[in-house]
Amino acid sequence: MKCLITGGNVKVLGKAVHSLSRIGDELYLEPLKDGLSLRTVNSSRSAYACFLFAPLFFQQYQVASPGQDLLRCKILMKSFLSVFRSLAMVEKTVEKCCISLSSSNNYLVVQLHCKYGVKKTHNLSFQDCESLQAVFNPSLCPHLLRAPARVLAEAVLSFPPALTEVTLGIDRGRRVILRSYQEEEADSTNKAMVTETSIGEEDFQQLHAPEGIAVTFCLKEFRGLLSFAESANLPLTVHFDVPGRPVIFTIEDSLLDSHFVLATLLEQDPCSQNLCSPNPCQPVPQKQAHSIPHLDDFTNDDIDCYMIAMETTVGSEGSRAQPSTSLPPVSQPSHDLAPASEEEEEAEPSTVPGTPPPKKFRSLFFGSILAPVHSPQGPSPVLAEDSDGEG
Amino acid sequence: MKFRAKIVDLACLNHFTRVSNMIAKLAKTCTLRISPEKLNFILSDKLASGGVSMWCELEQENIFSEFQMEGVSVENNAIYLELTSENLSRALKTAQNARALKIKLTNKHFPCLTVSVELQLSSSSSSRIVTHDIPIKVIPRRLWKDLQEPSVPDSDVSIYLPALKTMKSVVEKMKNISNQLVIEANLNGELNLKIETELVCVTTHFKDLGNPILPSESVSQSRHPEDMAEVHIDIKKLLQFLAGQQVTPTKAVCNIVSNRIVHFDLLLEDISLQYFIPALS
Repeated sequence: MKCLITGGNVKVLGKAVHSLSRIGDELYLEPLKDGLSLRTVNSSRSAYACFLFAPLFFQQYQVASPGQDLLRCKILMKSFLSVFRSLAMVEKTVEKCCISLSSSNNYLVVQLHCKYGVKKTHNLSFQDCESLQAVFNPSLCPHLLRAPARVLAEAVLSFPPALTEVTLGIDRGRRVILRSYQEEEADSTNKAMVTETSIGEEDFQQLHAPEGIAVTFCLKEFRGLLSFAESANLPLTVHFDVPGRPVIFTIEDSLLDSHFVLATLLEQDPCSQNLCSPNPCQPVPQKQAHSIPHLDDFTNDDIDCYMIAMETTVGSEGSRAQPSTSLPPVSQPSHDLAPASEEEEEAEPSTVPGTPPPKKFRSLFFGSILAPVHSPQGPSPVLAEDSDGEG
Repeated sequence: MKFRAKIVDLACLNHFTRVSNMIAKLAKTCTLRISPEKLNFILSDKLASGGVSMWCELEQENIFSEFQMEGVSVENNAIYLELTSENLSRALKTAQNARALKIKLTNKHFPCLTVSVELQLSSSSSSRIVTHDIPIKVIPRRLWKDLQEPSVPDSDVSIYLPALKTMKSVVEKMKNISNQLVIEANLNGELNLKIETELVCVTTHFKDLGNPILPSESVSQSRHPEDMAEVHIDIKKLLQFLAGQQVTPTKAVCNIVSNRIVHFDLLLEDISLQYFIPALS
């Protein structure tokens, strides 16, 4: 794989990497026919982000040398970020950026051609990996809103920088509200200030959502995409559904595409709990059809709905591809927690059932499909790769 | 108990924001007293603050275009609330270019002071509304007696302060050497800040400061103008006071009661601030 980026696009790539660095610690780089994809997922699997740069984004884009298999790799986010650490410097001095990956090299080579003939070469070591793909379908989300990124960025300004979670909802009068989310504390003496921004419908290019709907997600992870969208001056589309199902943020342009999928908090009121326990799960909507068969197994599980299933492509993708034998140890505990309706939020994959969840977001993406017990006859169970397990 | 007020003038809003920022630096938690004519920010919890007390007063009609309040009862027409000062200053920070700001006492799950800001952004056609719910604690009437205006003691020396920024940079450096500082002044317009350790003594002298003319016959009449009145205080408390002063005050006076207390009396346009630092025992 070899690609060449010139001019202002180098900074755009740098900004994208900065946004991704807010989410996860590892960057999955995969050259596809459609373009170069950069993806990441957070450690608790409750946030997924991906950027797809179309071939037009590059001055030169060569997916693979003839006769070579498609390569993909996984790099430490820190390493890749260090190349684009100072965006101001990148903008001022870098004229061209060349990224190449070949099976003969042991490194992913990122070469920056700078002013005055200076050439900086970064050799980043990588790991082979499975393709990181979260399965989600924005068109299946019933609600959406679309606004210039600036509108949302301004709204978010009034929140303290340390705020973790924020609730997005539609209020009476068709106003979109963003409210700081505070966890309910038993000890009510130390309450935190609640801030709410209300934006009129007129500021949105599209608003298809009923009044009263509200979803809560992690603001810190969202800020990454927001700053990118704002600097690129692109509109941001938010696809969402009921609380508990992930919210999907998308940016679309002729040169690039970006999707950020964040888990949302499940409501803790009694009604939703009753809804979920006895009824079967709604089928998880997916892009790849072949994993549907094993989904039926989940409808029998007494757990809450997952919208996204994590998939890795198993098989012959490259001589260096490792078999996906490792399973993130998520499956069993999450099922155990089902009867305890309060334990709707489970984040950290933990092998110890009953361990109090460190974070409130559950592994929406990757928990459900990890039921190796129920592997269907068809394709082998698709599993999220546990990078830690490889060590 | 009811309270609602509105600010529409940008200058008044900025003034109020500056006061709130200052209070946030001076006291983590403070009492807000609302009465028909005035608003007071009070710090009087001697134990928690280590003896420091603060009394800040502003006339409500200088800030608010609308002001309505109903106290606890007709005879006790005041409201005493305890809040985290930083919350108020953070809420006001978002009102930089607001068209209007409303404050009212509400009870949304818990009693709070709701600050509602109406912003008119050039980028959007409609107005943006930002609401902050600041959690508060209503202080019961039986505790009001502890939160009254402190009586100004008869001072031995009264002197105008030098530039507070200069004082702050001096005290900041001194803080690294000693925990205690001696503040002394005389009726000849001289003020000294002294620190003493085993190894070193550092003194900063301020001259020609001027002394306010005291209206009444006081102890200072019989005082030799060169005699210094001094107080040993905790340097950190002085530094905290100085760090809170972001604006040059209209008037700044320091009153010293020898070995008892130092009293700073500042006037920031129309808002008065009194800050008391007791002597170290």
